[in-house]
Amino acid sequence: MTSTQKINQEGINKTELDQLDKKERYTLFGLTVPYLALVFGLIIIPIGWLFYMSFIGRDETLSLENYQRIWNSKAYLRIFKTTFQISLLTTLFCVLLGYPLTYFMSQLSNRWANICMIGVLIPFWTSLLVRTYAWLVLLQKKGLINSLAVDWGLWSEPIKFVHNTSGTLIGMVHIMLPFLILPLYANMRTIDKDCLKAAANLGATPTRAFWTVFFPLSLPGLFAGLLIVFVLCLGFYVTPALLGGGKVIMVAMKISDNIELYYSWGAASALGVVLLGVTMIILFIASKLVSIDQLGNRS
Amino acid sequence: MKSDALNISIKDITKTYGEFFALKDVSLEVKSGEFLTLLGPSGSGKTTLLMVLAGFTRPDYGSVKFGTEEVVLKPPHLRDIGMVFQNYALFPHMNVEQNVGYPQKLRGISKEKIKETVNEALKTVKLDGLGHRGVAELSGGQRQRVALARAIVFQPKILLMDEPLSALDKKLREEMQIELRQLHDSLNMTTVYVTHDQKEALTMSDRIAVINGGGLMQLDTPSAIYKSPNNAFIADFIGESSLLSVKVSKKNVYLGNTKILVEHSVKKNGDFLLVVRPEKLFLVNDNPTDCNTFTGNVVESIYQGESQLLMIKLDPDSHGDQILRMRIPNGTASLQDLPSIGNKITVGLKKSDSFLVE
Repeated sequence: MTSTQKINQEGINKTELDQLDKKERYTLFGLTVPYLALVFGLIIIPIGWLFYMSFIGRDETLSLENYQRIWNSKAYLRIFKTTFQISLLTTLFCVLLGYPLTYFMSQLSNRWANICMIGVLIPFWTSLLVRTYAWLVLLQKKGLINSLAVDWGLWSEPIKFVHNTSGTLIGMVHIMLPFLILPLYANMRTIDKDCLKAAANLGATPTRAFWTVFFPLSLPGLFAGLLIVFVLCLGFYVTPALLGGGKVIMVAMKISDNIELYYSWGAASALGVVLLGVTMIILFIASKLVSIDQLGNRS
Repeated sequence: MKSDALNISIKDITKTYGEFFALKDVSLEVKSGEFLTLLGPSGSGKTTLLMVLAGFTRPDYGSVKFGTEEVVLKPPHLRDIGMVFQNYALFPHMNVEQNVGYPQKLRGISKEKIKETVNEALKTVKLDGLGHRGVAELSGGQRQRVALARAIVFQPKILLMDEPLSALDKKLREEMQIELRQLHDSLNMTTVYVTHDQKEALTMSDRIAVINGGGLMQLDTPSAIYKSPNNAFIADFIGESSLLSVKVSKKNVYLGNTKILVEHSVKKNGDFLLVVRPEKLFLVNDNPTDCNTFTGNVVESIYQGESQLLMIKLDPDSHGDQILRMRIPNGTASLQDLPSIGNKITVGLKKSDSFLVE
């Protein structure tokens, strides 16, 4: 057909029309310039500087000592292990709590779904610090939950909820939940309700229809939410610092300690680089394991 | 793929949404092996009725029987009927083969048997060889066929279709109408088909149930519905027609002060509408017998391909101030003979083509 023919380079108005095309492209590119400048100034340069600093030793010369320390020290290994453990557990609890809730919301009429969404968003918009201190107030030994439970006889001694792993988890799950719910909800809303009807019509019980149709179609949203939560958890600082009470030490806290207590920018930078690298590797493996394209709603 | 069809008895089905009656005491019988169309404008309740049959909408009261079995209390997944959805509702995470094999897999059929029946179903809808395609790689018409294959692969005795052709373009739609009808004849399933397109209903159905305002208005064969609609709504909705106000007194029918001959006389006095199908009108020069004649001025003449549409403003003195539409097939009258705008013409309508509705 005509698609294989060569275009006439001297066609009428060809040069002028080409110029219009070009102008349009430059205008579009121009719109991205402020953002690109910001990314360059605020992300690329500082990260480059971070890399550089991580190779500066105590005696202000280039050395690998910061990395060697991370590699050789059991304490650092433990910190990384804690970080991954807490992040994985937080992600797991977010999925267990968030998936059913989001499924419920996706089945509601628009009106009720929006009301529920406000319930999700209001805490999301509230300051992280406020929410973390609120948990501290609620969960501490003489806090609301413990005193009520003891008064009502649910348990006799106040339970230690904060300044340990459980406190950290409660706080982090609460703060991370919207990051799972929002992408998952957006995905679930796009799942054609007629697909579930079709499954039922073809003979699938509601449970079967859920697992064979709804759940596979919700995986891209679940995966997106899960990844956001996990990656955010890896670098989380405020909540584990306050609710963990120094007992739960994650990488971000160690970085901060290195700078504030030991003025060791090199060690802090090296930790940052390792955390960044590990996160990148996880994202890479995840994207290989689960091809989002393949799961995606292809119609 | 032949199975025994089942008849469907619908009795007193009523569904309300608050104050609104989506369906009001609808009773109808679908014969076994029949192609029945539920025809009505949007919001008439035809889709609600289909959803009641499929089990997705629970009526307030009423009975639905497939054969002799009461199914109104049965959940959809136990009804064992095929359904083609308006937007096809194919599973986007499965390929064509998996989509069509889905109902078979649920029925615990062996892998080889599934493959065999899926291939057979795909062949029936002329999609053989496309089993490994993803749903996204298919055209609208192909998706339609996959949906159909999925609905018939388990050989249901009843097949429901909810405006399955509405997303296709006109030419493909008209081809599919014929094809679906032929498929119905070869499969011998009782088919209930929902559409708002009267031409589609006339083309495909054994019988048409006209639904409006949540009620059944008329249930009859396409030709009977076209020839003698029960009321003004159906006369207007099905086919093209001009409705002229007439008065009846003592069995005589008057349009303005002209007496009109009608096929079936009416006993009641009062206001009626004369249904005039545009293609039944013809140009007259003399005074034919057993015919009504109308005189008026041509106010519009529109070329529409296979025919010419004339709008005739009837003589205000003798016929009242009304517009009559007339269709002349192109090729039957030479261009010179075709009346042009402003011409005063007389057109005739046979007594046998003249009928009244309330």
